[in-house]
Amino acid sequence: MIALRIAPPRALTRPTRIVQRNMLVYRRSFMVIFSGFFEPLFYLFSMGFGVGALIGNVPLANGTSVPYAVFVAPALLASSAMNGAIYETSNNFFFKLKYAKLYDAIISTPMSLNDIARGEVMWALLRGSLYAIGFLVVIAVLGLAGLGLLTSPLGLLAFPAAMVVGFGFAGAGLAVTTFVRHWRDFDFVQLAIMPMFLFSGTFYPIDAYPPALQAIVQATPLYRGVHLIRALTTGTPDAVLLLDVAYLLTMGLIGLAITSRRLGKLLQS
Amino acid sequence: MPETTVPATQPLIHARALTKCFGSFTAVNGIDFDVAPGEAFGFLGPNGAGKTSTMRMIGTVSPVTSGELTVFGLDPAQHGARIRARLGVVPQADTLDSELSVLENLLIFGRYFDLSWAESRRRATELLEFVQLTERAGDKVEPLSGGMKRRLVIARSLINEPSLLLLDEPTTGLDPQARHLVWDRLYRLKQRGVTLCLTTHYMDEAEQLCDRLVVMDQARIVAEGSPRQLIDKYVTREVLELRFRRNDDETDDSAHLDGRLEGLAERIEQLPDRVLVYTADGEAAAATAYERGLRPASVLVRRSSLEDVFLRLTGRSLVD
Repeated sequence: MIALRIAPPRALTRPTRIVQRNMLVYRRSFMVIFSGFFEPLFYLFSMGFGVGALIGNVPLANGTSVPYAVFVAPALLASSAMNGAIYETSNNFFFKLKYAKLYDAIISTPMSLNDIARGEVMWALLRGSLYAIGFLVVIAVLGLAGLGLLTSPLGLLAFPAAMVVGFGFAGAGLAVTTFVRHWRDFDFVQLAIMPMFLFSGTFYPIDAYPPALQAIVQATPLYRGVHLIRALTTGTPDAVLLLDVAYLLTMGLIGLAITSRRLGKLLQS
Repeated sequence: MPETTVPATQPLIHARALTKCFGSFTAVNGIDFDVAPGEAFGFLGPNGAGKTSTMRMIGTVSPVTSGELTVFGLDPAQHGARIRARLGVVPQADTLDSELSVLENLLIFGRYFDLSWAESRRRATELLEFVQLTERAGDKVEPLSGGMKRRLVIARSLINEPSLLLLDEPTTGLDPQARHLVWDRLYRLKQRGVTLCLTTHYMDEAEQLCDRLVVMDQARIVAEGSPRQLIDKYVTREVLELRFRRNDDETDDSAHLDGRLEGLAERIEQLPDRVLVYTADGEAAAATAYERGLRPASVLVRRSSLEDVFLRLTGRSLVD
């Protein structure tokens, strides 16, 4: 059969059905989604401007120094991309997988396990993108008010960069959740997320650590995300950005692959 | 992509030596069967007989351990998505989307089958009518009764206009009224030419719905035929049921039959609570038993059923 119409391949359209399903659910309660928008803003005002007033300027990797709010804002964007992705792919995904038995029904349709995994990542990214846009808009407005937090036109790339961070954590989040047996186990996820948020060069440069510890921090995904977005918003890009992007994309892709396999084990015995 | 069309003579489902193992446990042990287009085919058996495992293999959501299985002439391992596109599935547990409304459950399911929103809505509206749930379209799923949920699952399974419908214990747990409504809808589907493949442990359901069935026990098929054929082959036309009074020592009088039923019937089955006498003429057998001095507490003559077939084949009753 020769297809005369131009249709996007099913590998792309089928995952969007998961996104549409989730949109139907949130249609009635979309205010819930906005809750995640405020968290990074609160941090920006308390840490960036509040604590920042005490600190003054902070040196960047290339030696130039910037106001503390400029230093911390990109890290908060990266953290919020991580948190958004993790929230959606941990508790919400677990509920659908183990309690709502959502995927048990979906696997009886032409949808594949890959479609399910990709769809949930797409949804997590869509939700995360709302927060990223919101955060960037606030930064832009503050910029108009003379508080320039974006010091480089490269800062426009902060949005796709936040999506890359979200992709990495969404893929990994799904994969981890497929191994979770009980809600209690999510405490361990928090145990991994919280120190990353506090210690990944988010609130101060990692020069503060001894070299061995620095190496460990540099190996964490949030550090890569913070480094990536900070280099863009402060206009200090280097070749390491490519490493950041490769790291996060690989983490997301491996996460997706593990998720598909695990879903097969869990749903198709 | 060339569409594989199954000739009318070729079975929709074809299984030879079909086997499913979970570790060292064998759930399905080398079964053979074919389901023809338009047929209503049943798997009758107790819980744990391997019915659900068989259905899940046909539904391509459980890999075949060994043996041969084709659905629509296609291999489930190779063409899972293409098979599922033409299949309707009513699973044993209602896997409805509890976060969506009744109508939305159907709408999004249509989307999973690549239907447009408009087409999905058209079919959903029609199907809600078919299962008599139109008034509940906007309601959440949770407050629906068991029968309504089951009807909604059946409607959902029809959204892709399947040519083969798999039903795993479609009426288990429903009250008699709800069961009859489900049976009625399934009967209408059958009349429209939809092939039905169902599992049940209710003999009346098998008798009502199935043209042909296999009796499964302990992972194997132990008999095959139409309900009537099975009854004719394995049991007599009538069954005389004798119940005896319980004595103080927990034995009942049936323990002291002393062969007084000897020669009375083709076969006698002694159950914990009653004695079944398989005979062509139940009334005559009851009279003879009375003449021979037996004084049962109650006497019942009934037509034989698939339950009796199952008892005959396995020595156990279907529903414990």
